[in-house]
Amino acid sequence: MFDAWMMDKVLLATWETIYMVAISTFLSYVFGLPLGVILVVSSDGHILENKVVNQVLGSIVNVMRSIPFIIFLILIIPLTRLIVGTYIGTVASIVPLTLAAIPFVARLVETSLKEIEWGLIEAALSMGANSWQIISKVLLPEAMPSLTLGVAITTINLVGYSAMAGIVGGGGLGTLAYYYGYQRYENAIMWVTVIILIILVQLVQMLGDSLAAKISNRRR
Amino acid sequence: MIEVKHLTKIYKTPSQEILALDDVSLQVEDGEIFGIIGLSGAGKSTLIRCINMLEKPTSGQVIINGVEITALEPHELRTARQKIGMIFQHFNLLSSRNVFDNVMFPLEIAGVPKKEAAERVMELLELVGLADKANAYPAQLSGGQKQRVGIARALANSPELLLSDEATSALDPQTTRSILGLLKDINKRFNLTILLITHDMNVIKETCDRVAVIAESRIVEVGRVIDIFSNPQTSTSRSFINTVMKRDIPEELLEQPDSAAPSERRLVSVSFIGKSAGQPLISSMIKKYDVDANILYGNIDRIKDTPFGYLTLELTGPADQIDEALLYLKSHGLEVEVINHV
Repeated sequence: MFDAWMMDKVLLATWETIYMVAISTFLSYVFGLPLGVILVVSSDGHILENKVVNQVLGSIVNVMRSIPFIIFLILIIPLTRLIVGTYIGTVASIVPLTLAAIPFVARLVETSLKEIEWGLIEAALSMGANSWQIISKVLLPEAMPSLTLGVAITTINLVGYSAMAGIVGGGGLGTLAYYYGYQRYENAIMWVTVIILIILVQLVQMLGDSLAAKISNRRR
Repeated sequence: MIEVKHLTKIYKTPSQEILALDDVSLQVEDGEIFGIIGLSGAGKSTLIRCINMLEKPTSGQVIINGVEITALEPHELRTARQKIGMIFQHFNLLSSRNVFDNVMFPLEIAGVPKKEAAERVMELLELVGLADKANAYPAQLSGGQKQRVGIARALANSPELLLSDEATSALDPQTTRSILGLLKDINKRFNLTILLITHDMNVIKETCDRVAVIAESRIVEVGRVIDIFSNPQTSTSRSFINTVMKRDIPEELLEQPDSAAPSERRLVSVSFIGKSAGQPLISSMIKKYDVDANILYGNIDRIKDTPFGYLTLELTGPADQIDEALLYLKSHGLEVEVINHV
C-alpha cells in the first residue's frame, strides 16, 4: 500500500508544504516586521511616540490574533479569490497563511525590540541619530539573535497552519493526510505525514537556534 | 560657554507631579571641567539630559555657545547634538558592532565619508589606547576598556562639549582613576569643556575646576572646588566632603574639660591651599607667638592639580596670643575656622 506512486505523492506534498510555508513566512515578515517596528517606536515614551497609531494598530493585531486560524481561513475566502483567483491549492493557501502570520510576526518583533536597553537608544539620540537610523542601526541589529529565533517560531507555526489549510484543499502534507490518511483510512500515510512534519519542525528549530547562536557568539 | 537659565522639569504622572528640577541656573566656561554632585534622586541626571534635550525641560533655557538648544527644531537639534558628546554609566555600546564600528557609529550618523571616518576612528582608538582592540566586541572588554570606547565614540565628531553621566560609577577605584586621567588629558589637549555628574566626591576632587552641589532639585552651592572644600557653605557640601576627607572631630575632644590650665584652649581647623600647603607656617607661628599647637588630625591631598592640606589643631595659650596667631595664619592665605572654644 505504500508504493512508489505514494512516495511521489508524499514528496510532492512535502515540497508544497515547504513552498507554502517559506513564501508565507517571507511575506509575513515583509508586512509584519515593519508593523512590529511601528508598534514599538510609537509606544509611550519611544522615539516616535504616537498614541493613536499605537492603539489602532495594536487593536487590529489583537483582533486578527483572536480569530482561530481554521475560521479565519474560511472567513477570508472572498479575499483569497480576489487575489489569486481561486481559494484552492498551494498558491491560494499563501494568502490566509500570510495574513494570519502578520499579526503574530508583529508581536514577536515587538517583543524582541522591546528587550533592547533604552540606554542604547539614548546613546544614539545623543549622537544626533534620526528615527530611521535608530531603527536600522540600533534596534534591528541589536535584536538580531532574538529576531532570528522569532523567524523559526513563525515558520513552525506556519507548518502547523499549513496543515490546517490542507484540510480545506490547501495542498501540501495536510491535504495528503486528510484525503488519504483520514478519508481512506490509510494509516501509513497518516504516520508518514506526521513524521515528516516532526522532521521539518526539528530542522527549522535547529537552524533557527544555530543561526541565533552564531550571531550572538560572534558578539561574545 | 554653556548657560542654563531657570531650568525646571516636572514629570507628570496620572496621580501626581514630581518636581525634578527647580529653577536651576548655571554657567559653564569654555575649557573647564564642571562637576555636578548630588545624591541619587537629586535631579542631576535630569539636568544633564536637559543639556542635550534627551529630556525636554518644562521651562527654562539651555544655551550652548550662543545657540539656544531648547528652541531648536528637531532636525536642527540632531545637528547640534553631533557636537555634544556624551558618555554613560553603563557605556551603552552596541553589542552588534565591534569596537571599530562602535566608534564609527556617530560618524555614520553625521554622514562622514567612509575613508575619512575610518582614519578618524583609528586616530581616536589610538588616543584612548585601544588601537589593538579594534576588532573586539564590547562583550570581550573590561569595564574600563568599554568606557574608553565610549569616550572615543563621544569624541568622534570633535564635540564642543562632553557630557559625562556617572561615567565612572560602575568602575572600580583604580579604573575610575585611569578614566578620570583620560578625561583630564582630553580636556587639556583639546580644551574641551566637560560637564559631568556624579555622586562621588572623589571624582569632583580629582577632576573638576568648579562644582555645583544639587539637592532636592535645586542647586544649593556652586563655586571653585577648592573653595568648596576649604569653606563649604551648606551641610550637603560638608557631608560630601566628609566622604573623602574626614573633618569631624570626635566628641570627646570637643568636650574635654581642662580646668586646671590657666590658659585658653581652642580647637581650630586650618586649610592650606596651593603653595601655602608647602610652607612651615605652623612651626613659625609657634615660634612667633606664645601658643602651643597640638595636631589632632592632619591630611594633605590634591584637589585636581592643587595641593590641599587640612589640619585640626588644639591651640593653648593666652587668648590674645591665640587671636594673634590665627590672624597670622589668615594673613598667609590659610582658611581658619574655630571649631570650639573650651
